[in-house]
Amino acid sequence: MIRIQARTEPSSLMKVLSPVLAIVLTLIFGSILFTAIGKSPSQALHVLLIAPLADSYNIGEMFVKMAPLLLCAVGLSLCYRANMWNIGAEGQLLAGALGGSAMALYFIDSDSVFALPITLLAGMVSGMLWSAIPTFLKLHFNSNLILTTIMFNYIALYLLIWAVHGPLRDPDGYGFPESAMFSDATMLPTLFESSRTHLGIVFAVLAGVVGWFILSKTHLGFQIRVFGADEPAARYAGFSGKKLSWFVMLFAGALAGLAGIGETSGPIGQLVPNVSPGYGYSAIIVAYLGRLHPIGAILAAAFMAVLYMGGDLAQIEMGIPVAVVSMFQGVLLFFLLACDFFINNRLSFTNQATN
Amino acid sequence: MKLKSLLVSLGLLAGASLVHAEDPFKVGFVYVGPVGDLGWSYEHDMGRKGLEEYFGDKVETTFVENVPEGADAERVITQLAKSGNDMIFTTSFGFMNPTVKVAKRFPNVTFEHATGYKLSKNLGTYVLRTYEGRYISGVTAGMMTKTDTIGYIGSFPIPEVIRDINAVYMGAKSVNPDVKIKIVWANTWYDPGKETDAANALMDQGVDILLQHTDSPAPLIAAEKRGLRGIGQASDQSKFAPKAHIFSVRDDWSPYYIKQVQAVMDGTWEPKDFWGGFQDDMLTLASINSNLPADVRAKIDETHDKIKSGEFKPFTGPITDNKGNLVVPANHSLTDVELAKVNWYVEGITDEIPR
Amino acid sequence: MDSDLIIQILFAAIKTGTPLLFIALGEVICEKSGVLNLGQEGMMLMGAVVGFLAAYTTGNAGLGVIAAMLMGSIMSLIFAFLVLHLGANQVATGLALTIFGTGLSAFIGSGVVGQTLQGFQPIAIPLLSDIPYLGRILFQHDILVYTSFVMTFVLMFVVNKTRIGLTLKAVGENPHAANAIGIKVLRVRYLAVMFGGVMAGISGAYMSLVYTPMWVENMTAGRGWIALALVVFASWRVGRIMLGAYLFGLASIMHLVLQGLGWSISPNLLAMLPYVATVVVMVIISADKFKEKLLSPRSLGKPFDPRQMA
Repeated sequence: MIRIQARTEPSSLMKVLSPVLAIVLTLIFGSILFTAIGKSPSQALHVLLIAPLADSYNIGEMFVKMAPLLLCAVGLSLCYRANMWNIGAEGQLLAGALGGSAMALYFIDSDSVFALPITLLAGMVSGMLWSAIPTFLKLHFNSNLILTTIMFNYIALYLLIWAVHGPLRDPDGYGFPESAMFSDATMLPTLFESSRTHLGIVFAVLAGVVGWFILSKTHLGFQIRVFGADEPAARYAGFSGKKLSWFVMLFAGALAGLAGIGETSGPIGQLVPNVSPGYGYSAIIVAYLGRLHPIGAILAAAFMAVLYMGGDLAQIEMGIPVAVVSMFQGVLLFFLLACDFFINNRLSFTNQATN
Repeated sequence: MKLKSLLVSLGLLAGASLVHAEDPFKVGFVYVGPVGDLGWSYEHDMGRKGLEEYFGDKVETTFVENVPEGADAERVITQLAKSGNDMIFTTSFGFMNPTVKVAKRFPNVTFEHATGYKLSKNLGTYVLRTYEGRYISGVTAGMMTKTDTIGYIGSFPIPEVIRDINAVYMGAKSVNPDVKIKIVWANTWYDPGKETDAANALMDQGVDILLQHTDSPAPLIAAEKRGLRGIGQASDQSKFAPKAHIFSVRDDWSPYYIKQVQAVMDGTWEPKDFWGGFQDDMLTLASINSNLPADVRAKIDETHDKIKSGEFKPFTGPITDNKGNLVVPANHSLTDVELAKVNWYVEGITDEIPR
Repeated sequence: MDSDLIIQILFAAIKTGTPLLFIALGEVICEKSGVLNLGQEGMMLMGAVVGFLAAYTTGNAGLGVIAAMLMGSIMSLIFAFLVLHLGANQVATGLALTIFGTGLSAFIGSGVVGQTLQGFQPIAIPLLSDIPYLGRILFQHDILVYTSFVMTFVLMFVVNKTRIGLTLKAVGENPHAANAIGIKVLRVRYLAVMFGGVMAGISGAYMSLVYTPMWVENMTAGRGWIALALVVFASWRVGRIMLGAYLFGLASIMHLVLQGLGWSISPNLLAMLPYVATVVVMVIISADKFKEKLLSPRSLGKPFDPRQMA
């Protein structure tokens, strides 16, 4: 007979194995699904996961897609470690895109070398502002962070749409809801010839490394880890929960803001109503898949980026509806959460023949 | 010089004919909505099917639906170009800048972008003279309204929509001097829920004939429920509201797609800003309801014939805007370039264009 | 504005508020048991698409609603199993449910995009609908709107006046104490989560069978998230949820009404209003720590493991 038993110590092996297992289970689910709709599962999985990496252009595109996911996920990993349930990366990203783009449009006729850094800074500050308000409300008014950050996602979205229909609309754009194209001085430089891969991916990987360094090598990171694992103990040790909360939230806000301005100053090149196809929400999956570890987030973001691109390819090559991408994301997270159960529990096989 | 260009074009022709001796001419389509929206994207897809039907094995088409107008559009268009499409139609305004960028990178592929205003040597644009259909709709609505109030659900205050509102009002006024028009902006192209709300808000305020610049059949369904009338948009929407439906102004893109693909095959294609209307069979009146009064029906046919023959052009002066400026002088009909810039309401519309 | 117009606006506010009312009633019960389910949007979309498919194939809108309720409860069971049995994080699991539901609904609904059907027709209730003003606002709706009225009053009674309500609150306030006095905490939470799923299903069916009788991808347009706001806005009180739902409904159509009257107000700034209002209300009610404890279920979002006794 099989019984479930609590482990005395959380299994560090399962912690690493769980995402791998979840991905395998998701692929099995996908194969069944594709067979059910009459598509060859091997071909579908190939188009979904291998074809996106087939040539240098596609690999470049993977980096484009990865940058915003990774930037958001690194910040979220730190937040969740510190028990700050920030669902607001999407809003912080949009705020960053809005604030940064306003700055970029201010520099529209400029060729100053400072235009780009100031634009990026404006994006980061806007993102920080957007995470600061819910943090303030939580720490001083005891508001539920999950709910306020969700509200702020919507407020940011409507603010952005308002701006792009109003004050930031291109005056020569025939009234269409989009801003003027940014000048080259405020565009993130691309890294390779004939590719859209831009400096954003460098920032993102750097953010991952910095996040890892803070978390594992500094006293601040130690406090965050203790705080997340055992809040009373952390308080007893005299750690300031307020200070830690402010730090992780502002860090996450700045990174998400950078992700936002990185989209408008990067692949899009102007402010449009559709800046993000939900990067801020997908980043939550990335953070979990990466085990709330900044380095793990790099791998997870790459996987998620491939999945997104595979979705488009699957539609072009095989006529598979693009909705499978969000199905895959959801199922992946389900399996991951289920597999995580075995970090703290194990199956024990007992011989009950005598019974 | 002349000889050289002759040789080049001969070479091109030879190359071109060589290509379609071997494999079919590949055409890609990018849609902003689902092909099932029964409005804008649906009609483009009908155009694609018309193209396939006309050329048979000689063309092969691919489409990608639900493409967001953000950073992903450029990748999708690039992927279509990379997978060997000879010609690519991008069918929404928001694809303009991505199309421009991809067109630059793939000089051997021909691009056409609907509703935009940027041309290059391998990128043309095309747009419908929807205002012609609106004028007929206005005449009909002006005759049929009992409350002397017609309603218009706007999408976004861009020149195309402003132009069409003017055409509706001028048409209505030509048969009913007391007519008023109420305009509500839904700020969406396709959102049945919001369109229903907008339709009800208008009908609550005395509107008895609904016109819409949004694509779903929801306003017609709402009119049917309340025993009022409406005019179908973009596709034949008669089945959604058998009693309420007056007629639909149907977009028909297939003549254009056939013509342009043929032009590229023949090597005669040139980048142009093309405007198509009733004369080009790109607009048709579909499913005129049999329950219309005879005089209304006669007037519809008369107006239609006058527009189709080119005898009558709606934007012919003198036209004064609602601030008292003469915007079209007497005996002048607006040229296409001028039509693209209409940003005024004609005299008698009491609203202001949202800024 | 004449009285006719006001009546019609209020009538429309009730119609727009009804899907919010259904889903928020489900969520409040779920939250009262101490479980926060962020998967509302996903369950609602699945309810909408399955409800439409069932009604479309059978030609019976009633069967559509039943199918939607079933679908909603199946979705909620996935959530309940992960959260209650496997102790998974509620936030992440809810989010997964929403993402999954969004994709799956688009996937299975692609065949019926652009189809329409006869949904429920309005029924004027005899006598009641003749009451001046109120009759036209309240009693000329369809059967689902009346169902939402009844549900609200039944839930008010059950939550505030019965043993079931007490049990539910005990589990949400202090699951360990509830467990100690012999209440089966997990069973109560399972039922509460499932109730949330059923209500999300009806809410989705209302969208695809009544509100706009057709299926469109993502047609719930964030109503599942608004419902979460609404529950906080109503400070976890059933009666206030009804009021809040109609207020939110009104807010979402007001910009259209005002435009028709010739006012120009940015629809996007107005669309922000419900969210801003919710944040403000949340700050007001939670600023007072004592009051907040009275209102929000104390164990909200925290897992309960019967093996770990506090």
